[in-house]
Amino acid sequence: MEIFALFDCIMSPACLLSQAAGGLKIGMLLFLVASGLTLVFGVLGVINFAHGALYMLGAYFSWQIMSITGHFGLSVILGALGVGIFGLLFERILISRVYNAELLVQILLCYSVVLILDDLVMIIWGDEFLSSVGVPEVFQVPPLFIFDAIIPPFHLAIIAMSFIVGLILWFIMTKTRFGRLVRAAAVNPKMLEALGININLLRAGVFMLGSFLAGLGGALAASVGSVVSGMGNSIIIESFIVTVIGGMGSISGAFLASLIIGMARSFGAVAMPLFTDGLMFLIMVLVLVLRPQGLMGNKK
Amino acid sequence: MKKINKYSRREVLKTSASITSVLTIGAGFPSILKAENNIKVGIPTILSGRVAQLGISVTNAIKMAVNNFNNAGGLDGRNIELIIRDSRAKPDEAARVCRNFINSDKVDVILNAEASGASFAVQEVIRESGTLCLHTVSETSSLTADPSIRAWNAFRFSRIGIHDAVGSAKYAAEIAKGKGLKTWMSVNPDYAYGRDSDDTFFWALKKFSPGFEIIGKGWPKIFQPDYTEVITQIARKKPDAIYTSLWGGDLVSFIDQALLYGIFKNTELFAINLADYTTMSAVKNLPKGLHSATRYVAAWPNTQDNRDYDKSYTDIYGDHPTNWSWEASVGIDYLINALKETGSTDTKKLAEAIKGKTRKSFMGVGDGNTVSIRDRDQTIVDYSIGWGTTISNEPYMTGIQGADWNTIKELENEWLTDKGWL
Repeated sequence: MEIFALFDCIMSPACLLSQAAGGLKIGMLLFLVASGLTLVFGVLGVINFAHGALYMLGAYFSWQIMSITGHFGLSVILGALGVGIFGLLFERILISRVYNAELLVQILLCYSVVLILDDLVMIIWGDEFLSSVGVPEVFQVPPLFIFDAIIPPFHLAIIAMSFIVGLILWFIMTKTRFGRLVRAAAVNPKMLEALGININLLRAGVFMLGSFLAGLGGALAASVGSVVSGMGNSIIIESFIVTVIGGMGSISGAFLASLIIGMARSFGAVAMPLFTDGLMFLIMVLVLVLRPQGLMGNKK
Repeated sequence: MKKINKYSRREVLKTSASITSVLTIGAGFPSILKAENNIKVGIPTILSGRVAQLGISVTNAIKMAVNNFNNAGGLDGRNIELIIRDSRAKPDEAARVCRNFINSDKVDVILNAEASGASFAVQEVIRESGTLCLHTVSETSSLTADPSIRAWNAFRFSRIGIHDAVGSAKYAAEIAKGKGLKTWMSVNPDYAYGRDSDDTFFWALKKFSPGFEIIGKGWPKIFQPDYTEVITQIARKKPDAIYTSLWGGDLVSFIDQALLYGIFKNTELFAINLADYTTMSAVKNLPKGLHSATRYVAAWPNTQDNRDYDKSYTDIYGDHPTNWSWEASVGIDYLINALKETGSTDTKKLAEAIKGKTRKSFMGVGDGNTVSIRDRDQTIVDYSIGWGTTISNEPYMTGIQGADWNTIKELENEWLTDKGWL
């Protein structure tokens, strides 16, 4: 463990800024994916183990659209929308049948879908990994030097885009009728149904939104990472850690937890490069012990 | 009893059962005989998930050789029958698959195409059973270098970490001397192979160029999608050179992400696993001048045999072979030769026929383009190890220099002595 290295880093503006920007980028990408997971759990009560597979689908869809259109923006938006539509079908055809089933049944169903999708993408796109989608031409420029910290402009774009998505999500959930209904459905779906609200439509909408967010995370990740079957497996673990730390079902909690995990990974790499994953789990354990409902979760 | 036409249900069932039995015996018996007569080779490998390409390129190479063998009449009419099963890259699953091969399928040989973690599990199984085993993928040195892990019935046809490390370090030391590279960082995957590669490379580099300093190490997890925290460290510490044993999609992601930081403008990258076609062609805008070992490229070794191998594989599968393909091809070639030489599937006879044997090979750089299975540790030597720099398009590599096997063997012995394994 290199605690002194961490101290030196915090004292150096270049290191502090560089690691903080890196942590912010990691955290914001993670937030996109984890917010979808926590939304689905909070409203529908489903632990969607297939969320990582939806992230993978977002990467594949984005890659495919990029290879057809050559347009980065379209590839990200249509890739995410495609996953949203897939999520809608997934919910209507499969998930809607297990809302009242035991947890084990839900997990088995989701896990089956993960295995099917992992193999399906290999059948469609081949067994080899695909090259990244690539960053748009406008960001193919030398990195910025701010107080000697090196920051790629594309990372700033990802951070900004994730913030905007987070704000839109906050607006939808707190300021719109849909958001109010969704929050009500999380508390008492039967009452909502008695009031004449189409609860099935609401559930499908929430699942679609959660899938869209997973797809968006995958599409953005594909811009600077190879696309491969099974790529959702690592992100799903981190997303669950975020969900537990932030509080199951809390989007603001997911935001806070994503930032914590991003910074832990970025600064953890300075102080304890062999323990960055362990550090995430350590934070999760501490939260579970000291505040089991999560940082922003409600006690039930 | 109600009758169906004039037959009772019992009569219909009896007649059906009789017909089925006759058909089964008539059609099935010869095929059972045939199956019993075949030489069974079990292949545990990875056919699903992120490294499925490993299993597919290995089995492609094996099928190519086995089809030729079977079409030529096999071993006195006995064909090789391949039984290929997916372990999903899990050591416990690989061990289970192997036990099934041995106990249920009664295989004659196990051709192990698992990555390092699972290969150790396979080694434990075959050590107990005494089945002949050819390792064709794992590169972790200790699998055959450590006498406590070695087994009399196991042979290794894959590259070995220490061999590659010495070849790499010799090349890197020459570049370092020419360019004045003093400070190093490393980025290696956090599992057995990555740690082995890091240890052996810097151990060997010290022998050739002792004045360097390691200023940082990054240990990303295998299949990690985001390398930002490692890359920001590199950007901040500004090393003269980086050594990495990341591979496949992980290496592609690392290079793509590092390019955003302009890392390779002032830092030399030595990526031991870059020069495989699938990896190089996947890097977006592959920069010129990255250093890599030649995992598998048609350009090295620069021989007609190697180009012919590349062509025959590409003609069948529509894609270039991988590093794993050549390793499996050499392994199955040794097995087929041993079968022909002994005319038997007896494990002891086959092991004797493989041990210490030298054979001509498209990847051979020994006398007369040969590779050998060394008697001492039943491990392949004299295979092609080259280093060069990348260019953006095919053949992707230029300025390739071959490694000197005398130096490799000399330093390997020193390393084994240090470890107490010799």
